[in-house]
Amino acid sequence: MSNRVKLKSAFKAAFPHTIPIFAGFWFLGMTYGIYMNVSGFSFWYPMLMSLTIFAGSAEFVAVNMLLGAFNPIQALTMTLMINARHLFYGISMLDKYHGNGLKDIYLIFGMCDESFSINYTADIPADVDRGWFMFFVTLLNHCYWFFGATLGGIFGSLIHFNTEGLDFVMTAMFVVIFMEQWMKEKNHISALVGIGVSLLCLIGFGSENFIIPAMAGILGVLTLLRRPLEKSEICDGGEA
Amino acid sequence: MTMTFTQQMITIGMVVLGTMLTRFVPFIVFPAGKDTPKYIQYLGKVLPAAVFGLLVVYCLKNVSLFAGSHGIPEMISIAAVIGLHLWKRQMLLSIAGGTVCYMLLVQFVF
Repeated sequence: MSNRVKLKSAFKAAFPHTIPIFAGFWFLGMTYGIYMNVSGFSFWYPMLMSLTIFAGSAEFVAVNMLLGAFNPIQALTMTLMINARHLFYGISMLDKYHGNGLKDIYLIFGMCDESFSINYTADIPADVDRGWFMFFVTLLNHCYWFFGATLGGIFGSLIHFNTEGLDFVMTAMFVVIFMEQWMKEKNHISALVGIGVSLLCLIGFGSENFIIPAMAGILGVLTLLRRPLEKSEICDGGEA
Repeated sequence: MTMTFTQQMITIGMVVLGTMLTRFVPFIVFPAGKDTPKYIQYLGKVLPAAVFGLLVVYCLKNVSLFAGSHGIPEMISIAAVIGLHLWKRQMLLSIAGGTVCYMLLVQFVF
């Protein structure tokens, strides 16, 4: 297969998977750009930040950091806390994001919630190059976010139309991804642990602080369940 | 704005650094050439299902059951997503259907 054909087929296979992200990121990115705009920043701030950070929630929090007093250590620790869930993605992607040459570096750089979820669960056709498929998923998502944020930053205050509720597209996507995973696995213990522990922590710690305790709880419960889970061979999630 | 330009760039740099650390650390600690410990391999297999559950909860974290619309539009729309997906199993249809349902509910009903 020539390189051009290979790229083309990977792009064609990847694009449909990113359509929900197109809707979601365009909207969230714009919201972020508008937020930066009304906070008094020129459009090139959201442009630069959407390009280099590419982690939605951290970027929203960064706006507040930029408006406050200079505290780089706090900026670093806050970001580590908000994005700690990426550690779990990395552990899950050790095999997939390996052996794709230099593309691996970009795949890891761009491993946001959405890129990870698609690249982990997508059934990539056998005749499509896996590395390039995952590369295009990540690149397209990155572009949507970048253009959304930049346009929001430029046109921020001029836009008026009723998009209330459009952000639900992200929730809907994660529900579908959760269901796809659910339909693939033989045993649902891990999925139920994820939902259950997260809900308990949300109730116990509140919406601002529940992620880290939820991660610790999930890790703890799954570690305790290691023997029974390995015995029942549930380890068939995704493609494994 | 109280920060100087340099301070702003350092702050943004710190957010970039923090994000990159959380993304690259697993790949640096468990490089391809070396054998990944069995425990980490196990986690790599069971974590995704739990993480997708966490992400669903994360998306709904600001829904209040005891105020506003009591989470009813969210519940109806998630039921629509699940119903559509069980029926047709077309990702885009399920996502679009659920989102349109939610937008109609929050704009016209609640």
